[in-house]
Amino acid sequence: MNTKMKLFSYNLVDTPIHRLSGLTKLLCFLFLTFAVMYSYDIRVILIVMAFSIAILMVSKIKFSQIRLMIVYTLIFLVTNTVITYFFSPENGVEIYGTRHEIAHLFGKYNLTSEQIFYQVTKFFKYASVIPLGMIFLLTTNPSEFASSLDRVGVNYKAAFAVALTLRYFPDVQRDYRDISQAQQARGLDLSHKARLQDRFKNALLIIIPLIFSSLDRIELISNAMDLRGFAKEKTRTWYSSKKFTRQDYSAVTVSALIFIATICVSIFINKSRFYNPFI
Amino acid sequence: MDKQPIIEFQHFSFKYFSQAEPTLHDINLKIYPGEKILIVGPSGSGKSTLGYCVNGLIPFSYTGEIKGGLMINGVDTEQLNIFELSKTVGTVLQDSDGQFVGLTAGEDIAFALENDNIPHPVMHKRVKRVAEMVDMQTLLASSPFELSGGQKQRTSLAGVMIDDVDILLFDEPLANLDPATGKTAIEIIDDIQKRSNKTVIIIEHRLEDVLHRDIDRVLVMYDGRIIADMDAHALVSSQVLKECGIREPLYVTALKYAGVKVNSDICPGYITTLKTELSADALIAWHSSIAADDRINSKPSILKIEDVSFSYDGTRNVLEDIDIDIREGEMISLVGKNGAGKSTLSKLLCGFEKEDRGRIFYKGADIEDKTIKERAEIIGVVLQNPNQMISKPLIYDEVALGLRFRDVPEDQIEVRVEKVLKVCGLAPFIDWPISALSYGQKKRVTIASILVLNPNILILDEPTAGQDFRHYTEIMEFLVEINKLGVTIILITHDMHLMLEYTPRAVVLAGGRIIADTAASVVLTDTQIIKQANLKETSLYNLAQMAGIPDGTHFVQGFIDYERRLKNR
Repeated sequence: MNTKMKLFSYNLVDTPIHRLSGLTKLLCFLFLTFAVMYSYDIRVILIVMAFSIAILMVSKIKFSQIRLMIVYTLIFLVTNTVITYFFSPENGVEIYGTRHEIAHLFGKYNLTSEQIFYQVTKFFKYASVIPLGMIFLLTTNPSEFASSLDRVGVNYKAAFAVALTLRYFPDVQRDYRDISQAQQARGLDLSHKARLQDRFKNALLIIIPLIFSSLDRIELISNAMDLRGFAKEKTRTWYSSKKFTRQDYSAVTVSALIFIATICVSIFINKSRFYNPFI
Repeated sequence: MDKQPIIEFQHFSFKYFSQAEPTLHDINLKIYPGEKILIVGPSGSGKSTLGYCVNGLIPFSYTGEIKGGLMINGVDTEQLNIFELSKTVGTVLQDSDGQFVGLTAGEDIAFALENDNIPHPVMHKRVKRVAEMVDMQTLLASSPFELSGGQKQRTSLAGVMIDDVDILLFDEPLANLDPATGKTAIEIIDDIQKRSNKTVIIIEHRLEDVLHRDIDRVLVMYDGRIIADMDAHALVSSQVLKECGIREPLYVTALKYAGVKVNSDICPGYITTLKTELSADALIAWHSSIAADDRINSKPSILKIEDVSFSYDGTRNVLEDIDIDIREGEMISLVGKNGAGKSTLSKLLCGFEKEDRGRIFYKGADIEDKTIKERAEIIGVVLQNPNQMISKPLIYDEVALGLRFRDVPEDQIEVRVEKVLKVCGLAPFIDWPISALSYGQKKRVTIASILVLNPNILILDEPTAGQDFRHYTEIMEFLVEINKLGVTIILITHDMHLMLEYTPRAVVLAGGRIIADTAASVVLTDTQIIKQANLKETSLYNLAQMAGIPDGTHFVQGFIDYERRLKNR
């Protein structure tokens, strides 16, 4: 199998993070994400980010595994920053209530310390979610993930669909590659040279066979699942679910405390969601 | 037997809602506990439908009209749903990859227990115990991508045995396995049946491969009816197999060629039970009467692969030092177990991947600079599953597609499409929708859609996979016709019959290297090659040994030559 197929696969290494149950990781992920999403205090955000990068190191995730995801998110964040600036260049001034102009760019666009500070805060706010998400995705077995979804109240059929998608994703990917190659051999041009409307039509020539061969697969899978009693009870147990250990409780407690601390910082210190260094 | 039957069909008929005619007619059948039953029959004979009735997919997933009764364990199945039935009948489906629903072997085995809300610790204990029965205990954490076809099948088997079912139903267990793995699968099924005394039903059309181990009774289905119910010895001695288009064991064919009277007295059901004392002389006489076939292909080289190596990741070579020289008009088979590099080689030839080292010549000219599209006009590839290639609703459009991509004028397209459809025996269907065609006809459409580009070389990946003897013969004879028109054919295959009957030359890949490039008769009688390529020695070789013919390879070659002359090829 080539490396592309491993984009979604979790890596099996034995670290304290991998040993935590999927439910724990889901809860910690939610707590920490809510913390950084709630707060616009760059100090808090940087602390959480440093914390999650430390965890990322502990879980022995290699840079090569996440390089692609990092590149994509960075592109997204940079675009987001630029667009935010062009749509509301005075947003920082409105929020912080002061105005320290550094330079005039053009038209109504000025560069203010408030805007820079606001956008830097926002950039790190989103950026700090990346390591959290990666830890969660790459250290959690997809079935265990499904079992934790089930445990937080998601319907188990929906939760199982998640695991099933991950199971068959590489198969469909392989089918897609085979079909696309066979069509290319017949003369299909998938390159950028073809005109846009042709490219749309050409894509259909791959998608139609893909749908038909996937339908065969779906019939087989649903038969196999029926024959082994899927969905006959209201609940199900999970082979890959893990028991809660002391480590799980401590991890959830730590994340919950970070979350509460963030809220407290906002309420008692900043008296708002924003940290304002300009007053 | 005065025991209570575990399965009893009484005047049972079934008609799918989508079909005009019943698929099963008036089935009367009793199967007793602990019996090992083989159900054979050509495609469409109703053998799979019979299996679906036993495991409850009919009427749960496939609805239709049922007449008569079916009792399982003394209970009328009308009162049982598929979930209750699944506690008695465990089904292993034919596609061991597709039915693998878990992300690891352990999870897949546990699937039925998960659905039963079995607590976690109990589940793990039971999974471990069942995994030991099929020798998978060390691989419980492996994903389906890391497992071989045989290991996946053993996982499926464990997945149904975990419920301690009384009946094990195997629906075409050999379909996706290479010969060696198929042989092991039959051995595992047999061992488990002997140890646990479960009732085993195997649905399969590859008779000889299943008869590697004992079978109590063989049922032959034809046109929705059970037309024979006898033991293996009686069956291979009868005319039934021939009448319903099921391939008889090769050694039986050889005995008949040699003029030996095949009847129950010589116990011909299994090669291991066959008595050759009386037939040895006839075999020796027949063998020495066959003149060697001295046709030698002296045509010039059409495709030459020189010292080619390739790796996907830059570290491990998937192909190493490949040298093959194929002559014009040859029909060769490319064999080797999964992952040996067969598909990769065909990808290199088509230009989907680029070799790291070495060169490929077409008629003496290096094709390095040719694009995928240009190569397609010399080397055509036909995928195994026709559904993966068909993208147009009408046959005409599908076949014309490659020409339209090449901006060939429409009036020329018409001429070329009509010509190729005629060659492929599809001319009467020119205006038909593809959905109205049978599997074999669809296969022809895909071949036609490649042939229309006039390639001189055709590579086919498992062209006969999953096909019964009649369709197999149809497809192969069609390829022979095309071959006679001058198209060089390369077949990627696991099928040993195909190698023996149709391809004089076989190239064997193992671990990315060529370990043999010689006559099929040599490959299938060489223990070393057989082992490395997951093949199985042909029963003809065993027959030669039993009859005291020292040169088994020569005997097999003689059989091939004799048969070719018989069929006038």
